[in-house]
Amino acid sequence: MQRLHLPTLIVVGALALAAAVVPYLFETSAYVVQMFMQAVTYAIAVLGLVVVLGYTGQINLAQAAFFGFGAYGVALGSTTAGLSFWSSLLLGAGAATLAGLALGLTTIRLGGHYLAMITISFQQIFDLVLVNWIEVTHGPDGIAGIPRPSLFGWEMAEDRDYLLFCAIVLYLLVFAVWWLPGTRLGRAMRSVRENELAAEVVGVHTLRTKVTAFSLSALLGSIGGGLYAAGFAYISPDNFNFARSIEFLTAALLGGSQSPFGGVIGTVLIVQMPEWLKHLPEALSFVKDVYLAVYGIGVILIMVFLSEGIWGLIKVGRARFAKPAFTDTTGVQPLELDVSAGASGPLLTLHGLAKHFGGLKAVDGIDMAVNRGTVHALIGPNGSGKTTSLNVVSGIYKPTAGGVVLEGEDVSQLRPHERAGRGIGRTFQNIRLFANLSALENVMVGAQRDGNPIPSGNRALRARAMSALAFVGLADRAHMIVRNLPYGHQRLVEIARVLAGHPRLLLLDEPAAGLNQTEKMNLVELLRRLRGHGLTIFLIDHDMGLVEKVSDRITVLNFGRKIAEGTPQDVLRHPDVVAAYLGTSGPVN
Amino acid sequence: MQALFDNFQVLFQGLALGSIYALVALGFVLIIRATNVVNFAQGDFAMLGAYAMVLFFTGLSWPYWLAFVASLGAMAVFGVLFNYGVYYPLRYRAFLPVLISTLGASIFLQNTVLAVFGPQPRPLDKVLNADGVTIGGVFLDSQYLVILAVTMLLVLFTYVFFEHTLLGKKLQATSQDKDMARLLGIPVALMISITFVYSAVLGGIAGVLVGPILFVSIGMGSTIALKAFAATIIGGFGDVTGAIVGGLLLGVIESLAAYHISVPYKDAYAFLALFLFLLVRPQGIFGEKVSEKA
Repeated sequence: MQRLHLPTLIVVGALALAAAVVPYLFETSAYVVQMFMQAVTYAIAVLGLVVVLGYTGQINLAQAAFFGFGAYGVALGSTTAGLSFWSSLLLGAGAATLAGLALGLTTIRLGGHYLAMITISFQQIFDLVLVNWIEVTHGPDGIAGIPRPSLFGWEMAEDRDYLLFCAIVLYLLVFAVWWLPGTRLGRAMRSVRENELAAEVVGVHTLRTKVTAFSLSALLGSIGGGLYAAGFAYISPDNFNFARSIEFLTAALLGGSQSPFGGVIGTVLIVQMPEWLKHLPEALSFVKDVYLAVYGIGVILIMVFLSEGIWGLIKVGRARFAKPAFTDTTGVQPLELDVSAGASGPLLTLHGLAKHFGGLKAVDGIDMAVNRGTVHALIGPNGSGKTTSLNVVSGIYKPTAGGVVLEGEDVSQLRPHERAGRGIGRTFQNIRLFANLSALENVMVGAQRDGNPIPSGNRALRARAMSALAFVGLADRAHMIVRNLPYGHQRLVEIARVLAGHPRLLLLDEPAAGLNQTEKMNLVELLRRLRGHGLTIFLIDHDMGLVEKVSDRITVLNFGRKIAEGTPQDVLRHPDVVAAYLGTSGPVN
Repeated sequence: MQALFDNFQVLFQGLALGSIYALVALGFVLIIRATNVVNFAQGDFAMLGAYAMVLFFTGLSWPYWLAFVASLGAMAVFGVLFNYGVYYPLRYRAFLPVLISTLGASIFLQNTVLAVFGPQPRPLDKVLNADGVTIGGVFLDSQYLVILAVTMLLVLFTYVFFEHTLLGKKLQATSQDKDMARLLGIPVALMISITFVYSAVLGGIAGVLVGPILFVSIGMGSTIALKAFAATIIGGFGDVTGAIVGGLLLGVIESLAAYHISVPYKDAYAFLALFLFLLVRPQGIFGEKVSEKA
């Protein structure tokens, strides 16, 4: 997705250049230059929202506070403390980044609604401190006489020089933010946005990713604020209150929060809007008085009709003329699964494993072992504790008692991404893909787990992901957005996502659910191929035909306890098993 | 001795203020339960109710009871409009677009009221034409007494309504499982509308009651809403009892802290309490820990 088409590049470049040189070519009033300056510094703050909201899907209603950190850093540093612009900016940005880190850390327990609330609270406390801590912040009067910086002897006293400087900073940051999604970190961020649980299970350190996103957002906000303070020479608390945070948010949403270009477009429109309203005809002049109200309606309308903002519209328009995304598959290496052969003993051991939910004993003391290189099935009637067991093995739940031992190491207290890092991979009963990412990107997220024995770097990740997709027969669909793939293919992408990470143990939660007969036959063939590579598979399914065909060993659960274990032939005819499924204890055959 | 009286005085005020938070929080929780939406315009329901009262009572000089009824009627109509304007078009979307949409609604409401009534805060008469009573050295303001009494009545009414009427049960069924409710013949869209109406009326009553104390202003709703939202988290997210207890607790904490520590930071204490709760007991007082199912 990180290929910017040449025409777009030219248009964007020309606009950017024009904005920067206009004040030099034409007579522009100080007022217009100031408005440009406002737009440029705000846009930098909005880029922060692109990272945290657009890429990572975490709401941040305190961007104005981070903007304020930078502004007050520069203002207090260069007036009260007599430091240079650069050291003051560094202090402000450092403080903002730390604050962003702290806010990001609250996502360890909270998401969504809570986060909105936490960030608003933070914003309000920041505002209260600015207004009331008069000895330091000068309170509501604000701080005046903030000097402009100089860079290698370039004095930026003149407005248009300073504006040029800010524009260059903006362009560099736009480039960085545009480049981010294609990196490891960027992919991790977008996987968190699309499906946080799946991201964690696939091996993304989701907390670290969110904290990083918040810190980056805060950093960008503070850079914008610092430049703003030196640009306008005067700041006061009302530049940094909740209303400003909402303005930033609206700008990001209007332009399109998933792209830095969208963010910039949105900011320019928001900054310009009051100006345009001034030129309304007499009959519509009342709009001027209520333009903030119009703003509010605008936010609702954007949400209803334009969920990806203006840039989203441009993208859709462009996609209409784009060729269907089939991928050249020449040169794709065959998948190599690097199964450590030779070691002996079971790969996975559960002992006394229990998981209780209040009084409900979903899993109640299971002992079992999954042997290396085998396909081991876990079956049982609905509610017997199969998926709960799988969730405990993959780390979504911590066991109430007992242990999960992978090759001699007790992993039962590790978080899901840490277990992924040790080679436990899984798929989900109800497919959990990163719906708005391409198949390739989905699989690359799987390939970038910690400890995956491949070279680091995008090239190796991409090659590995292509091999995994080729293994499941979807290499030519690599660039399709997975949301648009048929259901059966989505199941395969999910398996490829695990395979790309060199799993030692593959957990499959009802892989055949929802598949038709042909797809099921293909799945059986795929599982046999994987077994042929020596991969250890632990699966749950309700399709006894499939289970019988692929399994070396079966464990049967009922009411959270193991009731039978053995080869398919023995187990499926075991009287207790028949009774558990059919509810009779009578003789069989 | 005087210090003890003063503390009681502050406690009493805190409970009254907390009642307002509790009422708005109750409206919050009802909407969360019915629609899974956190309504950031909830506080503006209180603001609108108060301004409706300013219009009917102060502006048009209607008798207090008539103006009160008219205000609540206006809030009921507004509840329906809010549902269809802000929530309904986005009902199948994820929480974030809806949340942002309610933020947009909040901006719209505040600025529309600003354009109509101007920025000057408006006074509003108390419900009772009396100062209050002094019991054992503690002065009990009549408005605070009214607030406490009305809140108690409303909480009681809400309990009876939801637990002991058929309509209440239908509302509960809707909030628990919309598809199942629909299959049983419950008109889900209507139930959600009723929830918004009930929530808007609760907010309106809170606004009318708190108006004489805080003055009626554009921003009054935002402050109350943030406290109310904090109350729902402290009490237990989505829990009705939690919202009420959380609201009262927050009112008391805030008043005591403002009295004993510092007044300018009055609004910060609620947030500090919230932070502490989130760190120590994120599921709130009555909430249960839930984790996402795979």
